Amino acid sequence: MKPAKQTKAKTANKTKPAEPRYDLRLYVAGQTPRSLQALSNLKKICEEHLAGNYRVEIIDLLKKPQLAAGDQILAIPTLVRTLPKPARKIIGDLSNTERVLVGLDLRLLR
Amino acid sequence: MKEKSRRGLSKALTGISGLDEITLGGLPRGRPTLVCGGAGCGKTLFGLEFLVRGATEFGEPGVCISFEESGHDLATNVASLGFDLEKLQRTKKLVIDHIYIDKSEIAETGEYDLEGLFIRLEAAIDSVGAKRVLLDTPEALFAGLSDVGVLRSELRRLFGWLKEKGVTAVITGERGEGTLTRHGLEEYVSDCVILLDHRVQNDAVTRRLRILKYRGSTHGTNEYPFLIDEHGISVLPVTSLGLTHGASKERISTGIAALDHMLGGQGYFRGSSILVTGSAGTGKTTMGAHFVDAACRRGESAILFSFEESPQQLIRNMRSIGLDLGRWVKKGLLHIEAARPSSFGLEMHLVRMHHLLAEHRANVVVIDPISALLPGGSAHDVHALVLRVVDFLKQSGATGFFTSVAVEEDMQSTSLSISSLVDTWILLRNIEVNGERNRLLYILKSRGMAHSNQIREFLLTAHGVQLRDVYLGPGGVLTGSARVAREAEERRELLRQQKTDKDRQFAVKVALRSLEAKIAELQAEKVARENELAAVIGEDQEQKTTRLADRDSLRRSRGMIDSSGRSPRPNGRERKP
Repeated sequence: MKPAKQTKAKTANKTKPAEPRYDLRLYVAGQTPRSLQALSNLKKICEEHLAGNYRVEIIDLLKKPQLAAGDQILAIPTLVRTLPKPARKIIGDLSNTERVLVGLDLRLLR
Repeated sequence: MKEKSRRGLSKALTGISGLDEITLGGLPRGRPTLVCGGAGCGKTLFGLEFLVRGATEFGEPGVCISFEESGHDLATNVASLGFDLEKLQRTKKLVIDHIYIDKSEIAETGEYDLEGLFIRLEAAIDSVGAKRVLLDTPEALFAGLSDVGVLRSELRRLFGWLKEKGVTAVITGERGEGTLTRHGLEEYVSDCVILLDHRVQNDAVTRRLRILKYRGSTHGTNEYPFLIDEHGISVLPVTSLGLTHGASKERISTGIAALDHMLGGQGYFRGSSILVTGSAGTGKTTMGAHFVDAACRRGESAILFSFEESPQQLIRNMRSIGLDLGRWVKKGLLHIEAARPSSFGLEMHLVRMHHLLAEHRANVVVIDPISALLPGGSAHDVHALVLRVVDFLKQSGATGFFTSVAVEEDMQSTSLSISSLVDTWILLRNIEVNGERNRLLYILKSRGMAHSNQIREFLLTAHGVQLRDVYLGPGGVLTGSARVAREAEERRELLRQQKTDKDRQFAVKVALRSLEAKIAELQAEKVARENELAAVIGEDQEQKTTRLADRDSLRRSRGMIDSSGRSPRPNGRERKP
């Protein structure tokens, strides 16, 4: 599911002429219920608020632990908005949509 | 590398000087140890030294998870201690991971855990095969994350996980008010808790270390002073020393021949401790200098801790009494360490002594004056300090010579507290008589040797210290000019005596001579009488012979003489004429 998503995001990126405005990374550690929960929450929010204008990369730290240091990942799950700058982090299972939107500075979009 | 205590708990040597003695072999292996203390007390350094020593001395790679400082900052901070963190990282002996949370760029929504921390830690441990871990300090997480409940349970899980992983961990914690750590880390780390502390006393900082708890092992329970210097951390387990030092029978010269003589003719015992007490200007430093000089003459190494004079000043002053300490300094036999007592705390002084003693392998140590350290602490502190100094000198076999300034009136009482700790106690006193001040020396005690009970006058001459017998006059002890006057008087007395003796001898001789003359006279008279006697006898004989001859001739003339020439005696009788 995740690799599929990643490829989809990448292909979407390649096929689209313009760079997506939102670049997001979701750090998880294995397929825990909480990770899955976060992923589905994220998907829902993105589809609702950023349709077509985003890219999501999912990083499983169990597989690539060395990536944790780069974004200073401590809590799992963590969503990192790498673009637009400045970087933002949202930790938790993203169950509170309002707070996620505030965290991503999406509240202003509406 | 591994050291098992009696109970079989495996321990990991820290390599921190002195700590392994107190903990009887190091920190509990495979368990977390909490090191807590206030800001700037040396927690991080403690942890880093634990890692660095592990990596360099015990072949145990380490991981440092720093929650406060970046790897670069850490490396810079400890570079002055000779720890090259960057090289250790390059050679895969150390991993430093800086974990920080900036609350301003983090939003929390929904449930989370700290699996990321575990993953990073595990990755770091696995990358070098780490056996030691430092977490410095996980309490910083409390500032970055708002869900304390999650944090606590995750920390609990972390410490359990570290144990499972079998790494020896040091976790630091900032001291809180009324609690060991601000966020109660001690609740989770309970195997071994070490408390670091630094206190300011009389403007000098003293660092102390105490092992609050060490589950499954005995350990030293005192507060131990420790020091951070270019050698890293040094803990001084000196208070734990017992009275187990050996006792040398060898005697070494005091540097003053007359004093050697007073001390049974041979001087101090090697490895003993000597205290010289006296008021200002009684020559204590000079005695120390003599002792040092004597040691250097024997080719031994000596350290002189001077708390009052700079090395140059000391050398110059000693030259005035004919002691050239400068040449020993040049030869490297003598090290003069001068510092104001107030420069550091008591403990720091002690640690410096420790280091210098080890560095120079000194046979003789002079501390001039040890009482300079006294104002820096309470009577108890000072007693403890002297005890430690005495003990560590004895342990190292060095002979310790301490001077102590004391007020004349209560010289003995002020020194009482330390006098029982020393083996030889010499008192120098000033006495003021007849408008001058003179120095007196006497030996109050000297363990294990016959020593003089006499008071001597202590003279500083151009050829060093000299001791003179004092005179006990009707007005008390005579010293200085009074002694000189007395000596002159004695000499006069002697002369007078000698003169009288001569006179008497002469008189007797004269009498004898006159007797002899008389004898000679009598002898002569005797001879004359004898001659006279002989003459008389001769005369008589002659007269007799003459008479006989006369009679013969008479007879012959009467024809009565026979042919034989004998006169016939018809009757056989002869009538005398």
